[in-house]
Amino acid sequence: MFFTDRSSLEAKVRELKETLPCKRVLVCGGLGCLAKGSQKVFDRFKECLEREKIATQAKHLTEERHYAVKTGCIGLCEAGPLVMIEPQGILYLRVQPEDVEEIVEETLKKGKIVDRLVYQEEQDGRKVLWPLMKDVPFYRKQVKLVLRNCGSIDPESLEEYLARDGYLGLAKVLTEMIPDTVIGEITKSGLRGRGGGGFPTGRKWQFARVVKADRKYIICNGDEGDPGAFMDRSVMEGDPHSVIEGMAIAGYAIGAQEGYIYVRAEYPLAVKRLKKAIQDARSAGLLGENILGTSFSFDIVIREGAGAFVCGEETALIASIEGKRGMPNPRPPYPANRGLWGKPTVINNVETLANVPVIILRGADWFRSFGTLTSPGTKTFALAGKVKNTGLVEIPMGITIRELVFEIGGGIQNDRAFKAVQVGGPSGGCLTESHLDLPIDYDSLCGAGAIMGSGGLIVLDEDTCIVEVARFFMSFTQNESCGKCVPCREGTKHMLDILGRIVAGKSTVQETELLQETAFVVKDASLCGLGKTAPNPVLTTLRYFRDEYMDHVLHHVCPAHVCQAMKEYWIDPEKCRSCGKCARVCPVSCISGRPKVPYLIDQEKCIKCGSCFEACPFDAIVVSWRRKNDE
Amino acid sequence: MPEVDQEVVLSRSFEKVNAILQKHQHNPSNLVGILQEVQEEYRYLPEEILTYIATALGVSPAYVYGVATFYAQFSLKPKGKYIIRVCDGTACHVKGSMGVLKAVREYLGLKEGEDTTPDLLFTVETVACIGACALAPAMMVNEEVYGLLDEEKVKTILERYEEGRE
Repeated sequence: MFFTDRSSLEAKVRELKETLPCKRVLVCGGLGCLAKGSQKVFDRFKECLEREKIATQAKHLTEERHYAVKTGCIGLCEAGPLVMIEPQGILYLRVQPEDVEEIVEETLKKGKIVDRLVYQEEQDGRKVLWPLMKDVPFYRKQVKLVLRNCGSIDPESLEEYLARDGYLGLAKVLTEMIPDTVIGEITKSGLRGRGGGGFPTGRKWQFARVVKADRKYIICNGDEGDPGAFMDRSVMEGDPHSVIEGMAIAGYAIGAQEGYIYVRAEYPLAVKRLKKAIQDARSAGLLGENILGTSFSFDIVIREGAGAFVCGEETALIASIEGKRGMPNPRPPYPANRGLWGKPTVINNVETLANVPVIILRGADWFRSFGTLTSPGTKTFALAGKVKNTGLVEIPMGITIRELVFEIGGGIQNDRAFKAVQVGGPSGGCLTESHLDLPIDYDSLCGAGAIMGSGGLIVLDEDTCIVEVARFFMSFTQNESCGKCVPCREGTKHMLDILGRIVAGKSTVQETELLQETAFVVKDASLCGLGKTAPNPVLTTLRYFRDEYMDHVLHHVCPAHVCQAMKEYWIDPEKCRSCGKCARVCPVSCISGRPKVPYLIDQEKCIKCGSCFEACPFDAIVVSWRRKNDE
Repeated sequence: MPEVDQEVVLSRSFEKVNAILQKHQHNPSNLVGILQEVQEEYRYLPEEILTYIATALGVSPAYVYGVATFYAQFSLKPKGKYIIRVCDGTACHVKGSMGVLKAVREYLGLKEGEDTTPDLLFTVETVACIGACALAPAMMVNEEVYGLLDEEKVKTILERYEEGRE
């Protein structure tokens, strides 16, 4: 398969569409499902289908046969391993290898649905079944543009990508459009950078386009470092060609011939899939010299990160590719003027680039029909935390947080009460119940003090201590601060110290004020995005959960019963037999007593280690959480 | 910790390091990649090799050392055969990753400040998110991901690796 021009590519796409079988068994090969054993399910399917002679891996099968495909993430990771049966679109959840026989017998042979494996919901006391994926509440409101192929094709097969109009966007650009029209179309679509900042992609390209230079570069930022985010990983693993096609289009638009994909070292599978995809694209003539017989040449190199969150920052990422310490540089000069090796460089996030081919193919107006006026299109989110349906979702911009958490996410686990959502990871903020009806778009989130971020969305319930969460994020950013600029290096350290004292019950109100003041300084004075956004979790939690801070500071109470220092150990005098075991194990010798008199714990000295609790043979040690009136 | 025989390491190493340097055309801009491959070979970055790489690339040892100590992935101390990465991303954190870490450390009998077992079989570290949030709390052992962990599960998993040694 080698394409010398657009018409040979188009002919192949047509041919593949007609001949690739529509009867397929899609087994999710996303990380979540793999870890739950989907490989065994897949192997079993292949085995069964082969035995039944209804299918194997062989392509171009007649209509009567099924074949098994291992896809990228299907989305509802919570209920993995997931299996989809096409063409009906039946979704089976929690499929175990022993269920495979039954699916083959019932569904593939007889067309019947295996009820016990489909999505179930309690409604008015009776069970409702949703066998079809499109009806499952988790999927009902989702719109898949970026994830258009993720979960429905074999990511390691170029043919399957082509059958979904793959590389037709690139072909269109190379044969019908001049670079300025490409940029015009992207600008018109209103696509904004999905990495967090939301800068208009078309403008970024325009900046690099107008600079004259012998070389220019496109960098795909796949250094998804936000704890709690796995969207970019899913795209790279589930549909690597869409990223490659997006990069080639961007390269044509700005006049670059080389591209780099910078991937986190923690994502070995993504690296493997991208490498294969690049190789396949190269041998098909879709990357390399004179693509599709035009004068445009473009090739891509993969660079693996080495574990530094700050490398998500443009200038730090460039330094890292150049083989240096990944530290940011002041801007300007912006990378669009002087980037990688001093040449004009455009850095786009994985998701942004995956949007590009569909925009080119379907047009800016079509793209704008999704989302809101200022934030067109969709956004992928990694929905996680204390929510029922954790997984990968893609929603049109503008739907509310409530819809995302309660309709798509199915509400809070174990029917606990909702407390907050943390959007945008360590650079984002916590939003409360009063924000549930806030539409999800760049500007609304920004207005509330959070940011879109790359799309991690963690749901917190009443059992989560908000101060502890703020401390957790601060310990992350403090650890990842590269140390180049003082505000970030010193400020994060001090903020972390104060937060540590607050959760330990050793802080004061004045210190809380100092925390806020420091946060503003770090936000204003830091060199790069890491420092500028690091205070966001602190500032939003102080703004929306000040009471909870005060409970810790003034009353030494942790309402969520998380902070160990707010725990108290007591000896029940009725049960104590004065055996002295507790006093012997206490590492700080804070338990005293005499024979025949109940022992006592000195609350001042106690470090809440729980040793006495474990040592007591009579269950005389009682643990309680301090309450507000326990002064 | 048993002393790694430096002599043995070095006599083996330079050949392999040379091959790695060759592959990267002695280009300092590939330093991160070079160090990654060297570390894959030796499971850590021996100081002598860092100096050697610096000379070979024509940059200062301080520059190489600076890069090697900047990135979390690199270690200047020998690491275990199995690297256990306990995920402490947000989702895992709120679902109890610290309990998982404690269970791992207790199982391995690691003292405060230690992160590698004396027999160099296991190294434990925390990472900020491995992207398996739906399986929180999760951990990786080398490239294998394990999710929905509790104390029991951690034990069973580590036992399996330990038996693999025998």
